[in-house]
Amino acid sequence: MTLIEANGLSVRQGGVTLLKGVNFAISAGEIVTILGPNGSGKSTLVRALIGLTAAAEGRVTRRAGLRIGYVPQRLHLDAALPLTVRRFLSLPRQAAKADAEAALVRTGVPGLENRQMAALSGGQLQRVLLARALLGEPEILILDEPTQGLDQIGEAAFYRLLAEVRAETGAAVLMVSHDLHVVMSASDRVICLNGHICCEGTPEVVSAAPEYRALFGFGTGGALALYRHLHDHDHADGHEHGQARQHDAEDA
Amino acid sequence: MTMPTAMNMGRLASTMRKMPEDFLIRAALAGIGLMLAAGPLGAFVVWRRMAYMGDATAHAAILGVALALATSVPIAAGTAFVALAMALAVTGLSGRGRTADTALGVLAHAALALGLIAVSFLPGVRVDLSAYLFGDVLSVTRGDLVWIWGGAVLVLGLLIWRWNPLLTATVNEELAQAAGLDPRRERLILTLALALVVAVAIKIVGALLIAAMLIIPAAGARAYARTPEAMAAWAVALGILAVLGGLWASLRFDTPAGPSIVAASAVLFVLSLVPLGRAR
Repeated sequence: MTLIEANGLSVRQGGVTLLKGVNFAISAGEIVTILGPNGSGKSTLVRALIGLTAAAEGRVTRRAGLRIGYVPQRLHLDAALPLTVRRFLSLPRQAAKADAEAALVRTGVPGLENRQMAALSGGQLQRVLLARALLGEPEILILDEPTQGLDQIGEAAFYRLLAEVRAETGAAVLMVSHDLHVVMSASDRVICLNGHICCEGTPEVVSAAPEYRALFGFGTGGALALYRHLHDHDHADGHEHGQARQHDAEDA
Repeated sequence: MTMPTAMNMGRLASTMRKMPEDFLIRAALAGIGLMLAAGPLGAFVVWRRMAYMGDATAHAAILGVALALATSVPIAAGTAFVALAMALAVTGLSGRGRTADTALGVLAHAALALGLIAVSFLPGVRVDLSAYLFGDVLSVTRGDLVWIWGGAVLVLGLLIWRWNPLLTATVNEELAQAAGLDPRRERLILTLALALVVAVAIKIVGALLIAAMLIIPAAGARAYARTPEAMAAWAVALGILAVLGGLWASLRFDTPAGPSIVAASAVLFVLSLVPLGRAR
């Protein structure tokens, strides 16, 4: 069952094309990761899929009544706003005390109810954000760079948590990342984005794809190199980039 | 009942000690009514860093006063209308690439200047402009009280009705949108509430000091609150305390009432900074 689908999606902002000809679909229970360098339109794609950003061309279809659990990239809280974790979990819909408690236990941060949001560590905040998303019993969790500011151990633990949540609730997971190794293993499907979809498929397929290597510079011994676009075609001429996904989609 | 002026206030003060006069009760009621709305709204103004909006709408209110006098519309209605137009203009302009700062610099002061010019053109009316710039809470009439309480209850009801959506949009607009809310609508509601409060408050503290009664009690409330609701409640409490304290000081020391109320709230704010071993 397809939860969210994009067909020929293009997004422009202030005269700049951020996304062009993106075809995308995510089904129930899937874990899909969107990978791409900075400025590749990852967040834009996620925002367009949720409906936060309007499409300039093409269309986004969400299943009617789809319950989305969204975890934003950052939550900047003004120091002037006093907000306990308990209160935050009830925004915008009231969560029962037992449910809030259980959600915090589930995400591995039990007993934080009375802490101020502003006083949480980066890792705690991510888990509280996830707990809040889970309280809505989402059919799909959407996370924009959820592990920003976490160390590698914290990151791995967070992805494990997501996999557990998926196994328990059956919720699909769509996340954005600019980092590779940890994400790869936790995903069913990976999409490489750079203004358009360069390649997509299972982690194995994608990590072997030349487009992926070009994007992330694996030619330089696995370290992240400066981004060099090594596609065998010219990107400046505005040709149909939706075709790019065919590079590997067929193999997947 | 004659209007007390700063001149005879000293003599009034001696009679006050026996029995509070009607005008004083009306002044206190007006201030309390204002703070019922300005407390929670002020909290949002502080959280969303909209202090400038308060200033802009208040400055524009002077233009509203002039237009109301010229067209024989009730002052509060004229003020509310122009303040709302102003707030909408600022919201609209600041959204598109221009900083809110600049939009305000242009709009707020242009509106204030136009208002002052318009007042000077009013034929045959001797308008005491300072009453609108600095307020005249001691001259509040029963009719004014109806306006003030009507407006305040309306604003308070609006805020309570939309409380959770407003708060969600304040915490994070994307979270609100993902939850199916429209942050623009919530912003519009706050803008509307702000215009109403300005219209209500212009008689009490005047156009120049309205923003003070939005921001200072809310800023003081921050120190005592652990949740948004507590902060809003504290803002109301501190605001009412400031109204009563300011009125008392105005009588006691023969000072202008509106500025005394603002000064009292500033004192309460400073006191809130003193740590008393409480949770922050």
